[in-house]
Amino acid sequence: MLVHSRTGKWTTWGVFGLLFVPLFALPLLVILAASFAGHWSGAFPSGFTGEHYASAVRGDSLQALTTSLVTALSASVLALTVGTWAALAAAALKKRGRRVLDGLFMLPVAVPSVVVGLSVLVAFSKPPVILNGTSTIVILAHTILVTAFAYQSVSAAILRLDPVYEQAAASLGARPSYVLRRVKLPLLLPSLTAAAGLCFALSMGELSATMMLYPPDWTPLPVQIFAATDRGSLFTGAAVAVVLMGATLLVLFTVSRIRTRASFR
Amino acid sequence: MSSGIRFDSVSVAYGKNVVLDSLDLVVEPGEVMALLGPSGSGKTTALRAVAGFVQPVSGRVLIGGRDVTALPPHRRGIGMVVQQYALFPHMKVADNVAFGLKAQKVAKGEIAGRVAEALEMTGMGAYAGRYPRELSGGQQQRVAIARALAIRPGVLLLDEPLSALDAQLRSGMLAELARLHRELPDVSILYVTHDQIEALTLADRIAVMDKARLQDCGTPQELYRKPRTEFTASFVGNANLLPVVVGEGASSVAFGDAELTVATGDAGAGASATLCVRPHLVGLGEGPNALRGKVAEVQWRGSTHRLFVDVEGHRVKADVRELRETPALGDAVTLHFAAEDAVLLPMGAGVSDA
Repeated sequence: MLVHSRTGKWTTWGVFGLLFVPLFALPLLVILAASFAGHWSGAFPSGFTGEHYASAVRGDSLQALTTSLVTALSASVLALTVGTWAALAAAALKKRGRRVLDGLFMLPVAVPSVVVGLSVLVAFSKPPVILNGTSTIVILAHTILVTAFAYQSVSAAILRLDPVYEQAAASLGARPSYVLRRVKLPLLLPSLTAAAGLCFALSMGELSATMMLYPPDWTPLPVQIFAATDRGSLFTGAAVAVVLMGATLLVLFTVSRIRTRASFR
Repeated sequence: MSSGIRFDSVSVAYGKNVVLDSLDLVVEPGEVMALLGPSGSGKTTALRAVAGFVQPVSGRVLIGGRDVTALPPHRRGIGMVVQQYALFPHMKVADNVAFGLKAQKVAKGEIAGRVAEALEMTGMGAYAGRYPRELSGGQQQRVAIARALAIRPGVLLLDEPLSALDAQLRSGMLAELARLHRELPDVSILYVTHDQIEALTLADRIAVMDKARLQDCGTPQELYRKPRTEFTASFVGNANLLPVVVGEGASSVAFGDAELTVATGDAGAGASATLCVRPHLVGLGEGPNALRGKVAEVQWRGSTHRLFVDVEGHRVKADVRELRETPALGDAVTLHFAAEDAVLLPMGAGVSDA
């Protein structure tokens, strides 16, 4: 505890509430309220109804939900694989090489995602590889965008990993591949699942690059929400947004359960 | 499968910083060799060169007559135990011990027996199903030793294995290590430590290291009773080093104004030398080789008193049995020692008042 006095504690809580409620909690609560609203003309919504949810878990919206889940899962698995591989390779490099690799993987974060979306679109619209209009191009763009986060969090975890485990394993006669499989990856598991969760959440919410790329039969939820609000169905959009939020949180919660079982110390 | 270790002028350097300077040392098969020295003396680097975690810039490391200098660690056939234990936290004790056997593809049917045997040998048989975090430091270290022994290495490398344990556990583990060595007479052990008691207790021979170089090597008795260098004398047994001048008469040296009688060997008259006397062999009161001085400091250590007495401008340490009356600071006292308890080191120069 940094603050000891009773008044100090209450003041701290007060300031926290003042900042947290309007900035973080209120917008989410408003979405939640709007998703149940029939009208909203005064200060508060009125005419509560579950109608929007009925349409949010049926037809197009349901398909958008599965599309989003499949896209996010594939993108995070791919990103985690590539990011971990690159991070392990970077750890074995000398300082300069590592810096180059760090910079390369920072690029998709530094460049606006619209630009990433456009470049993927331009790159894969012409031979030899034409992916334009396929679901693959959406997954590919998401992978490019989130790999940077996977790379960074796994790199940080590798740096923190005490080399004595690797050395003890080597002294016992274990080949490097065996050490990786049986010692390093299991010890990195908590960081790997955290990175996977981060990638998944980012991909679930990705809109700007997706807008440039999605084919009609592969509409992720954020696009659906955008379309709904764009044509004036604000409350339906809110209900779909709550579904998106719920699905993301559910997956993150499941992943965090793996994490607690896998933390050894 | 007994195999020794040979360092063939091994040098290790990081950039221009030489951390091990052409080490020549042979650990005979079945021998316990202690590498003793202060931190930064290069002793751990020497051990890591055997394990393969540092690459020498020159020289060769041989294990059992085989040149392993270019081999990666996992192909050297060593067992290693480090200060931090380094048990795999995600594996149970039995899996930790089985790790090396599985990695080396030992036949499945054989593994369980060898794990049990190794755990039994270190007295950890009852803990096979626990995780390392559920064990005390001493127990973790036993598991680490069991894990290293399970692969039946010809060479066992111990890097300050007892440093993380408290004093009582340490003395218990010392006895355990001595017993293990009796049970495994073929295993050569390289034991890195900064603790002279550990080295004197366990080692067949001790290699004393300082400033990246091997200073001295010999049996514990040789190093303790007849040190060849000032560093050995002060690091092993914390001896008094007194600058003296060899006198004209036989067996006589001058320490300031005091005339002392010690065996001078073949040192010529007039030569400077260093007289080395262990603190616990210095007595309080009149006697042969009397040294008169003033008490500068008194430390009570329970069963003994350590007196620091300024004699002829030098501080002399004396460990005496617990005194009924402690001399006051500044009191004039007389110390003495027997001629046969002193060793004369001939080179003289660079005496440190340690």
